[in-house]
Amino acid sequence: MSAHIESHDHHDAHDHHEHDDGHAPSTLKGYMMGFFLAVVLTAIPFWLVMDKVIPNSQTLAVVILTFAAIQIVVHMVYFLHMNTKAEGGWSMLALIFTLVMVVITLSGSIWVMYHMNSNMMPGMSHEMTEQQAKNLP
Amino acid sequence: MNMPDLAKLIFGRLTLEAIPYHEPILIGTFVAVAIGGIALLALITKHKLWGYLWSEWFTSIDHKKIGIMYMVLGIVMLLRGFSDAIMMRAQQAIAFNGNPGFLPPHHYDQIFTAHGVIMIFFVAMPLVTGLMNYVVPLQIGARDVAFPFLNNFSFWMTVAGAMLVMASLFVGEFARTGWLAYPPLSGLAQSPDVGVDYYIWSLQVAGVGTTLSGINLIATIVKMRAPGMSMMKMPIFTWTSLCTNVLIVAAFPVLTAVLVLLSLDRYVGTNFFTNDFGGNAMMYVNLIWIWGHPEVYILVLPVFGVFSEVTSTFSRKRLFGYASMVYATVVITVLSYLVWLHHFFTMGSGASVNSFFGITTMIISIPTGAKIFNWLFTMYRGRIKFDVPMLWTVGFMVTFVIGGMTGVMLAVPPADFLLHNSLFLIAHFHNVIIGGVIFGLFAGINYWFPKAFGYRLDPFWGKVSFWFWLVGFWVAFMPLYVLGFMGVTRRMNHFEDPSLQIWFQIAAFGAFLIALGIGAFLVQLWVSYKRRDELRDVTGDPWHGRTLEWSTSSPPPEYNFAFTPVIHDTDAWWDMKERNAGRRLEGYLPIHMPKNTGAGIILAGLAFVFGFAMIWHMFLVAGLAFVALIVTAIGHTFNYKRDYHIPADVVARTEAARTEELAAHV
Repeated sequence: MSAHIESHDHHDAHDHHEHDDGHAPSTLKGYMMGFFLAVVLTAIPFWLVMDKVIPNSQTLAVVILTFAAIQIVVHMVYFLHMNTKAEGGWSMLALIFTLVMVVITLSGSIWVMYHMNSNMMPGMSHEMTEQQAKNLP
Repeated sequence: MNMPDLAKLIFGRLTLEAIPYHEPILIGTFVAVAIGGIALLALITKHKLWGYLWSEWFTSIDHKKIGIMYMVLGIVMLLRGFSDAIMMRAQQAIAFNGNPGFLPPHHYDQIFTAHGVIMIFFVAMPLVTGLMNYVVPLQIGARDVAFPFLNNFSFWMTVAGAMLVMASLFVGEFARTGWLAYPPLSGLAQSPDVGVDYYIWSLQVAGVGTTLSGINLIATIVKMRAPGMSMMKMPIFTWTSLCTNVLIVAAFPVLTAVLVLLSLDRYVGTNFFTNDFGGNAMMYVNLIWIWGHPEVYILVLPVFGVFSEVTSTFSRKRLFGYASMVYATVVITVLSYLVWLHHFFTMGSGASVNSFFGITTMIISIPTGAKIFNWLFTMYRGRIKFDVPMLWTVGFMVTFVIGGMTGVMLAVPPADFLLHNSLFLIAHFHNVIIGGVIFGLFAGINYWFPKAFGYRLDPFWGKVSFWFWLVGFWVAFMPLYVLGFMGVTRRMNHFEDPSLQIWFQIAAFGAFLIALGIGAFLVQLWVSYKRRDELRDVTGDPWHGRTLEWSTSSPPPEYNFAFTPVIHDTDAWWDMKERNAGRRLEGYLPIHMPKNTGAGIILAGLAFVFGFAMIWHMFLVAGLAFVALIVTAIGHTFNYKRDYHIPADVVARTEAARTEELAAHV
């Protein structure tokens, strides 16, 4: 009867899989590099604000947010050891999914709230736009 | 320090006034619950079951036992949620012609809020999570989930959240805001009492459990599949579970964040959602629906998986269009994040925004429709057996399609301006949640019960339950579609127009039929237990199943699989049966298993105390509970006695007993 034996021994609920599935190696040099970059990327925005280097506050905000975004990448590469091959590509897939979700949530909310504001609070700006005129009852 | 100050320090705003002894309905309920509870506790004590319950169930980190406990929680809370429903239906059926009915508005408002919160968070979520917990590791050939202790902790956090909601019944009151607690109504100015705080903290505590169990199941499915099971060989229920848990992990943090903002408004006086000082209540609505729409798919995707398993098993056919089913599931997963605004078309985002979200909503019905056709084509030319799970599945297809069509109607923004907030909407979402989620859960319960307990559920009472539910659903909710077209809005306490009354009376009769359906289900459980020897499943494969869970004994041994199976096909167990692959009968090795721990229930108990203390502004108690929570959690990390080995000869004996049983009955 037992033509084929359907079994396989070395799988266990808790055995740790081999750790060679594509992690970037965590070396002291890597951590020091990450730490150095993180410090620099924090120090520059601090200096920009303290010495009032950029007078326009909107430009300043954009510049600081850009540094923050670069800092996120630094953390992911040097501290979380993420690359395209880590965990058989699952880390990258999860990152892409997260980015899609964050972009949808942020841009969607801004888009929705902007339109709601311009339609429902017409008193806030002094003249009615074409869009508001279209949405009048 | 004098006495009142001391009392305030310890008890916050909790006083004896918070006990609603002037409300006869609540006192009646309390007496009934107290008598029932004391009787239950006395019975457990009399039969000396405390030790057994503690060591075999409460502290268990076996995914099967946790799955069963989730199901028990869901069914108990279903009774609570349904009693709210039948009170609302009765109130609306009689509150005409100046008759105020039996529920005063402030009580009625709590009831419809509690009904929504309980049915979504503490009925549907535990039942869905319970099924996933029980079935997924068995379907992928694993011995447990990836993080067994976390699983136990997640379950108890869900219980703690449910207990907070239940506590609001007898201590203080629940929110009167509707199930999503929109500000400014839920803000401090309009709802200064504890109702909204009960809402916030029960959802926050339960939300921790839900998020962690989502992470746990994703890790399980991604990392612990049996050798040979590539992604496109996973059973379809595992696929839908994976997508559901991805949705949970991505969506629930948004709910947590928005509730944190609301609690900051209420506790420390920020102005995120207030009317003044630049607050914007619409942002709350926007954010909570970014969680809320994916939540709908979190509930329905797993039961789509259940229907897929049931349809192919009872049609004796491979599932039609496996790959298209997988792609449809993934597409729904992503699209479910792009439709949230259809819950507030009328808030005034204007034509461009509304058209975008109207179109995405209509697009999402395409993959869902594809699934319906896949099930129909699976049944086409199959040898269909109408066992109880299949009845629920066919009932689902008929009912859910109507709900889907009314959903597409609501997706058209101009139509939504007429139907928004009306009973049409209520009929629509009950049509998809009862006709989809609840029917699917009953299909799943009837389908996997023999696996979990070793005997089938009694088919006669199963059919009685099914027909009462199906007919009851149609009688209860079709009148609401009619009333919605007449412009009747939701959440009304009483009515002036007597011509509407007949529709509410029909709806109340429908709710009564559903009550009989629930009763019949409880009878079914009892009768099946009594007849368990006749209904015994000795083969482990009562339905001639197709996926791996049916290759184990019923109930499975605690280690699930003595040897990890090797997978060659999507329908792995069917494939093994076709190839006449036998069980391997020697060469057992000791099996490494996780050990039970009480840390989960202790942590959740502390979280309950913390939540309760925060609700009543007992900040001293809350601080102590929080510190205790952190200390216990850190303390648990020093527990090194987390695992043990089942010796090889114990495994050999268990497997030999199964061999004997199989030989005796084939």
